Order: sequence, then structure tokens, then C-alpha cells
Amino acid sequence: MSARHLLSVADLDAAGVRQLLDTAAEMHDVQRREVKKIPTLRGRTVINLFFEDSTRTRSSFEIAGKWMSADTINITGKGSSTSKGESLRDTTMTIAAMGVDAIVMRHMASGAAHQVARWLDESGSATRVVNAGDGTHEHPTQALLDAYTLERRLGSLEGRHVAIVGDVTHSRVFRSNLLSLPLLGARVTVVAPPTLMPSGARAWAEHDGWTMSHDLDDVLAQGPDALMMLRVQKERMSGGYFPTPREYTVGYGLTRPRLAAYLDRQPEGVILHPGPMNRGLEIAADAADAASSLVLDQVSAGVAVRMSVLYHLLAGGEGSAA
Amino acid sequence: MCPDTTPTPEGASADREVLSAGDIARALKRIAHEIVERNKGAEDLVLLGIPSRGVELAHRLARLVAEVEGRAVPVGSLDVTMYRDDLRRQPTRSPRETRIPSEGVDGRTVVLVDDVLYSGRTVRAALDALADYGRPRAVQLAVLVDRGHRELPIRADHVGKNLPTSHSERVMVRLAGHDGQEDSVTIGGGSR
Repeated sequence: MSARHLLSVADLDAAGVRQLLDTAAEMHDVQRREVKKIPTLRGRTVINLFFEDSTRTRSSFEIAGKWMSADTINITGKGSSTSKGESLRDTTMTIAAMGVDAIVMRHMASGAAHQVARWLDESGSATRVVNAGDGTHEHPTQALLDAYTLERRLGSLEGRHVAIVGDVTHSRVFRSNLLSLPLLGARVTVVAPPTLMPSGARAWAEHDGWTMSHDLDDVLAQGPDALMMLRVQKERMSGGYFPTPREYTVGYGLTRPRLAAYLDRQPEGVILHPGPMNRGLEIAADAADAASSLVLDQVSAGVAVRMSVLYHLLAGGEGSAA
Repeated sequence: MCPDTTPTPEGASADREVLSAGDIARALKRIAHEIVERNKGAEDLVLLGIPSRGVELAHRLARLVAEVEGRAVPVGSLDVTMYRDDLRRQPTRSPRETRIPSEGVDGRTVVLVDDVLYSGRTVRAALDALADYGRPRAVQLAVLVDRGHRELPIRADHVGKNLPTSHSERVMVRLAGHDGQEDSVTIGGGSR
């Protein structure tokens, strides 16, 4: 891994992704041990700075750091001085001045992690930044854990077909996966209603070589190797993106009959969802809990992948990861 | 390559062969006999190679011990990257595979196998790593080459060849099956 921070999957090349996934495979082993602790990051401090609510990402980073013996501290937006009006710059520079080795940051604004990394670099701070989700922009560790989960089930992703389905306009998971999956040789079809497809998607798809569709049944009939269902991000929707939830489910939800039709066509097919799931909206309970659902595998992989990322950013000597 | 092994640059002309393929085969055979003799058989024995050449050597030793004893010996690999005390001094390296045989290590005699013993820090890290997998009854160390310069109170139980070196010299172990060329141990660089 050559980047100083992990802000975007674009910071990585194919070799970088491969290295992170291979290391994650070895880190996964720690999860199966009776004593889940290795001394690798002893003496390092990682702050999880979360301005948005999160269960899995935050606890996943916290567990990853703790299993590698780093000191991990969680700060939430509500419990920090930002609730007194402190600026993001002052908050992050204050934390960095305490000598922490890494800030794992989630923020509702796209580009926030990049901005913080720039402030830190300009100040000469050694603190590294990991983007744990910035607005509708990127969520690189989620894309890495998705790739890791898929590889463990499907083997190599070379030539595999992954369909990403749902609210892609608001999805940082989609944007990061759109960068990482092609690096591993997979081809991607993106399925969304026209109202939830980013503007300029057609030109984007043509430029980057992915396929765009508004017809989920048509894509499922192609028998993709994996279905990545995205959460409908109601909290980010200021306008009416679809008439009713029912209508969304009929058109784009992974319903029980749709799941059966898909698995008939592709018995080895798998289902992913970054969580939290809106059961009954974008994914039926039957699909979420099916044997082909890798939702919990994704959660388990998340710790291993985050261990790998923290290891490659923090374990080496100063400047070594740069 | 184990971190205690210092590579020789490609094409260095000063390289001198200190162990030939035949020497290495004889040394491993002797070590296998020593292991069996010292442990009064091969019962409860587990061989763990330290990646990467230590793993190849552990497999070869296991075959030799099996020939002597007529029973299979469990073999695994133990990566020590995450346990090294010099992580902050070096560029980050990717961990290698750790595979503990299904028999586990609890109550067994574990023989750690590596190609070169140098500072002893790899072995220290291996002992820490091993402790996280269980509690062996005893741990022994077998190395193909002991080049001296220990920085910790660690010694090998089974040594293929003691090879006095200077710090500036480089010891390179090549193993067929790992390096794609005939077995050899060469020494090069520095002045002795």
C-alpha cells in the first residue's frame, strides 16, 4: 500500500488491493483464536471519529484496533466539542495534536476525510486518516470487505459479474465498489430506477466500462454471480425519489419470488448488503436470511479487512507506508 | 525469505558456496535423526516452519522423520510478522500464511524450523506467536545455518551448519521447490 492515508479506493492500485485482501486473510485467522490479540500495533492510538451514527463500521474498526493491541477511542459528533460549535478543522487538529496515530473518520459531508487529511499533511502532522464513509462519496473499507467476502465464496473475481442494485445516487458503497471490483477483474452492472441513478451516469458508465440498467428482472435473468443490494437511504432523500415504498419494492426489491427466479438461474449466486437492511423494502427477509446471503460474512470480514488496513497504515516505520 | 536471511544481490560475483545440495540433504537427514533421538521417537511431535524457506525445510524434515519412524509427523507454518519487535523500523511487510496442524500444539513438542539463525529476533517473535496458539510441552529449534551474532539468549537445538560470518556478509539459502533452482547455501559480500 503506497498511500499515506486511505481516503478512496482510487488511492489503491490492483496490487495494493491484492495486498490488503491477502493480509486480511491472515488477519481473519485471529478471529478464530481463543485469545484474540496480537501485539502488532502496541503503543499506537486510533481515534474513531464518527459524526454519523454507525454500528458495524465503528465497532469493526474498534475491534480491529483492539485485537492488534492499539488503543482505540471512540468520539461521536454528539459527544464532542462540535456540538458546541467547534469546526471540523479545530476538532481534528486538536485530536492530532494529542499524538494519535490514526483518525478513522465518518462524516456526512462528501470529501470531509480528504479535507482533514490535507489539513493534517499541511501542518506536518504524522497522523493518518482512514475514510470510514464520507457523505455520498466513498467507503473504501466497505468495498474491500465486499471484495474479500466475494473472493472467499466465489474464488477469483476475474470475469465474474456483479450486479449492484438500488439507491446508487446516495451510495458511497456503490462508488467504492465501482472502483475496486474492476481492479479484481469483475464486471459490474448497476441497476437503479432512473430517479436514483446519478446524473451523467450514462457517460460515466461508457467511460469506465460498466453497464447501466433500470430493469432488475432483466439483469437477474443474465445470472450475475453476485447481487449487491444497497440500502435505500431515506435519511438522505430530500425529495420524492419513488412514489411509494411498495412501488420501489415491486420494481427493485429482492423479493421472495425474485430470489427464487435468480437462484434457479444461478444456483451458486450470492447476495450482499452493506447493512443496515430495510427488510421488506430493498430486501425481503427470506433473501436476507437465505443460505446464499453473505450479509454476516461481510460483517465478519469487516474486522479482518480493517485490521489489514490499520496494519499497513500504522505498523511500519514512519514514512515506510508512504 | 525469513528476515534473518540477508539476500545476495543478483549476479554478485563474490558468492561462495558453503553447502551444496548433497551437503544440505545430509545435514537435514542428520537433523531428522537428532530430532527422533532427542525426543525418543516422533510421538506428539509437530514441525512448524517459519515462512518462507523454513516451511519447505519443515516439510522435508517431516518426510525424513517419517522415514525413520514409520509414522507421519504433522507439519505447519508459523508466520511471525505480526510479532516482530522491529515493525516500526522497517517498511510494512505482508504477513505470510500461518497454518497450525489440526492436532494443535497443546502438550506437544514443537520443533520450529528456519533456514538461517542470526539475531534470534525471528525466533523470539515465533515463541510469542506460538504462545497465542496454545501451550506446547516443549519447543525446540532446528536451523539449516547458524551464522552467529545473536542479540537474544536463544540457541538452536539442531543445526545443519555453524557458519561464522561478519555482519556485512550475506547468507543466501536457495531451495529447490521454493526458489526454482538447486539447493545451495552461499555466502557473499563483506570481508571476513
